[in-house]
Amino acid sequence: MDGMAQADEGWTVAGRRFRSRLVVGTGRYKDLPETQAAIEASGAEMVTVAVRRVNLSDASQPMLQDFVPPDRYTYLPNTAGCFTAMDAVRTLRLAREAGGWNLVKLEVLGPPPFLYPDMAATFEAAAALLADGFEVMVYCADDPVAAKRLEEMGCVAIMPLGAPIGSGLGVANPFMIKAIIAQAKVPVLVDAGIGTASDAALAMELGCDAVLLNSAIAHARDPVRMARAMKAAVEAGRDAFLAGRMPRSAAADPSSPVSGLIR
Amino acid sequence: MTAQIAIQVNGESRQVPQGASVAELLALIGLAAPKVAVERNLEIVPRSAWASTPLAEGDRLEIVHFIGGG
Repeated sequence: MDGMAQADEGWTVAGRRFRSRLVVGTGRYKDLPETQAAIEASGAEMVTVAVRRVNLSDASQPMLQDFVPPDRYTYLPNTAGCFTAMDAVRTLRLAREAGGWNLVKLEVLGPPPFLYPDMAATFEAAAALLADGFEVMVYCADDPVAAKRLEEMGCVAIMPLGAPIGSGLGVANPFMIKAIIAQAKVPVLVDAGIGTASDAALAMELGCDAVLLNSAIAHARDPVRMARAMKAAVEAGRDAFLAGRMPRSAAADPSSPVSGLIR
Repeated sequence: MTAQIAIQVNGESRQVPQGASVAELLALIGLAAPKVAVERNLEIVPRSAWASTPLAEGDRLEIVHFIGGG
């Protein structure tokens, strides 16, 4: 070794390589220029997008694509707002037609106030999408059994929640996230719940391949600055994971030599 | 005057000329944007079939695009 740490080579999902381990949403910003500036600052290469009806009364309004160009960022269409497997499958078939690619984020949600993943409906939708040729990155409960089953079905990434969507509560159950990572052969992303930079760093220190977040940036007082913080946090967390943390000790262990003290 | 038929587009009732295609409907709405997708009666209408797919009375269409989301 020459003493220099190896640069992070990034991660791969469904044969696509990404240098940035931060995946960001494009929702909840003040306007499209702010969306553009925050995503630029985050360094993300993959962004989630929603599929919605066009506004028939004003078809000329500005489009996301004009600010977040799909030839520069990998669009990951989501099924946010879908509460049934059928709605999720319909939404992603439309997304594939609109965008022309197969890589998607599946999420089927339970009712408010938690919008917790509806795993029965998620399995149903995943099976239909996989049979239809989609490459499915799946939002799921932090449940190692469910996560393994989704992987065995053929999902290309497992994305357990850190905490409920938009809650900013951080990684509520780091032990189960670690358990999911330990058994997975596909990338694991913490998706949802990240509130601030230290949450993203913690997720990466657990050994996640990447982190997916939106509100933590969009709802910060200064979204562009928080985007920059998230970029640094994800890089720091990854490095810390690779470096391997020191053991915890209940007692002090001084860093300075105990010999040679003046008397 | 061409006869009109009633269809639903994104949940709104709309009259279009009899025999109009999906492509003609998009032109009527003013959707020149290439990045939309169309579903007709729960089936995707591929872009390549927009011009050759005629609309029928009572059709239910969804026209969608990408917007910001998490």
